[in-house]
Amino acid sequence: MSPALTTEKADPAGTTATVAADPAVRIDHVHKAFGRAGAVQPVLDDITLTVRPGEFVCILGASGCGKSTLLNLIAGLDRPTAGTIEVPGGRPALMFQEHALFPWLTAGKNIELALRLRGVPRADRRPEAERLLELVRLGGSYGKRVHELSGGMRQRVAMARALAQDSRVLLMDEPFAALDAITRDVLHDELTRIWSETGVSVLFVTHNVREAVRLAERVVLLSSRPGRVVRDWSVDIPQPRRIEDAAVADLSIEITEELRGEIRRHGRA
Amino acid sequence: MAGPETTGATDANGVSATEKSTTGTTAVREKDARDMEGLEAGLDALDTVQIKRTSPTEVLVQKVLPPIVAVALVVAIWKLLVVAEVTDDYKLPDPGLVWDALRELWLQGELLDIVWTSVSRGLFGFLIALAIATPLGLVVARVKFVRAALGPILSGLQSLPSVAWVPPAVIWLGLNDQMMYTVILLGAVPSIANGLVAGIDQVPPLFLRAGRTLGARGLVSARHILLPAALPGYVAGLKQGWAFSWRSLMAAEIIAKSPELGLGLGQYLENQRNNSDMAGVMLGITLILVVGIAIELLIFAPIERRVLRSRGLLASAR
Repeated sequence: MSPALTTEKADPAGTTATVAADPAVRIDHVHKAFGRAGAVQPVLDDITLTVRPGEFVCILGASGCGKSTLLNLIAGLDRPTAGTIEVPGGRPALMFQEHALFPWLTAGKNIELALRLRGVPRADRRPEAERLLELVRLGGSYGKRVHELSGGMRQRVAMARALAQDSRVLLMDEPFAALDAITRDVLHDELTRIWSETGVSVLFVTHNVREAVRLAERVVLLSSRPGRVVRDWSVDIPQPRRIEDAAVADLSIEITEELRGEIRRHGRA
Repeated sequence: MAGPETTGATDANGVSATEKSTTGTTAVREKDARDMEGLEAGLDALDTVQIKRTSPTEVLVQKVLPPIVAVALVVAIWKLLVVAEVTDDYKLPDPGLVWDALRELWLQGELLDIVWTSVSRGLFGFLIALAIATPLGLVVARVKFVRAALGPILSGLQSLPSVAWVPPAVIWLGLNDQMMYTVILLGAVPSIANGLVAGIDQVPPLFLRAGRTLGARGLVSARHILLPAALPGYVAGLKQGWAFSWRSLMAAEIIAKSPELGLGLGQYLENQRNNSDMAGVMLGITLILVVGIAIELLIFAPIERRVLRSRGLLASAR
């Protein structure tokens, strides 16, 4: 109970029900357990978290903190055992660690499929897909097959496809974890730019502290097994940041300390 | 709390980064914004997979020449055995006699008729099999109960030689084209359906999850995600289905003889056996083989290549 209370104190505007604007995501006392009766594994324990419209929140945690489970719940791919999740803006877009682009379609057609499933009329799909590719700086790649693209390009197409859903919320499940460091850096810059251009709310899951501090306005630390909200930092470093920035490093150290403390608890138990 | 050694390392990095980045950060960032596009273009160029297409000469040397050499070798050995008189010439005729039989058939104007009788039957039977096996495979793959009930039967049927269906089919339907199609269906439907089931089973769950987050459910998901994702397995099943169709048809044609049926390759083969014309028998076998291979090479191989190449599955296989 107490970790959740700490969050509420740390972020009073986000969690009080009297906020004027609808939040982008409201997670209210959510529990999630897997397994059958007798061998129940609690994965998420009393998660309460609110994402404001246009906010960029990173969820940070070590293995077993239920980060991906939480995103699946928000995306509606799974149901919580207890508690409620509200996404007033409709179905959120979800980006995975793997690009999850469909290899039988070109980059452009992947985006058009998302547009089609959203109900965009046929005539508007092509120009919209071109515009989204332009947004992720892949203007000339409409006709490229997935296997012809590099890892970074694939994730950018995946980002464009996620944006094609026109959701107010973009969920990202360690989307850059499989990329090399140089490409990841570039994609951090891209994501920051796209986030500020589109005004979409981003809930970004990662185990990389610096990545979290580089990107987010708020970093939420989850404990492991089960996942609980431990602490919530607001990151007041102006964007665009760089992962090498001193301020990013300072806060990263502070958060890493807390994260390591959480991990050590498991060694003692 | 954390031990001093572990934090020391992080600190040292952090401090060194501080000194560099506090001076002139704004200038660096402005330049960054301008360089971003160039940087990305550079990364994209470095990482992009180059796909090399083979030239026609290479195709000729690597793909066309080897089988021609192999066939020439077989004919040469055959000729050698005939010259060495290893057996009576009514058992092993000269390759030249087989060629003569082919010429004769051509000059009589019967060759194309015979081939077309069988090929049209085979392809028509295959199309019916396709129309039955596709929905059947979908249901078996996606409905648990149906899978438990029909799955084992379907894969079991594949190991049953389709020639076994000829006697019951003759009794049920008599000596006619329906009987032929029944035998083809019993041979081809299981392998096409099984191919589709295997294709669907191999669809990565990630595609289905991605589809669901994009809003694809039920039939929409089947059409836009499941079926296209299962296509390589399905096409492999089609190829096998054709082989089964052709084999079943030949079995039916060899066993079932009736003037109403018209002369197909199987009947031709059987007729030549009755005439004790070994050269004609060899010709019959060769034609059956050549037609089966030709249909596969002309119809199914290009489809499969296209499907695999468009997904980058052909380049990586090499």
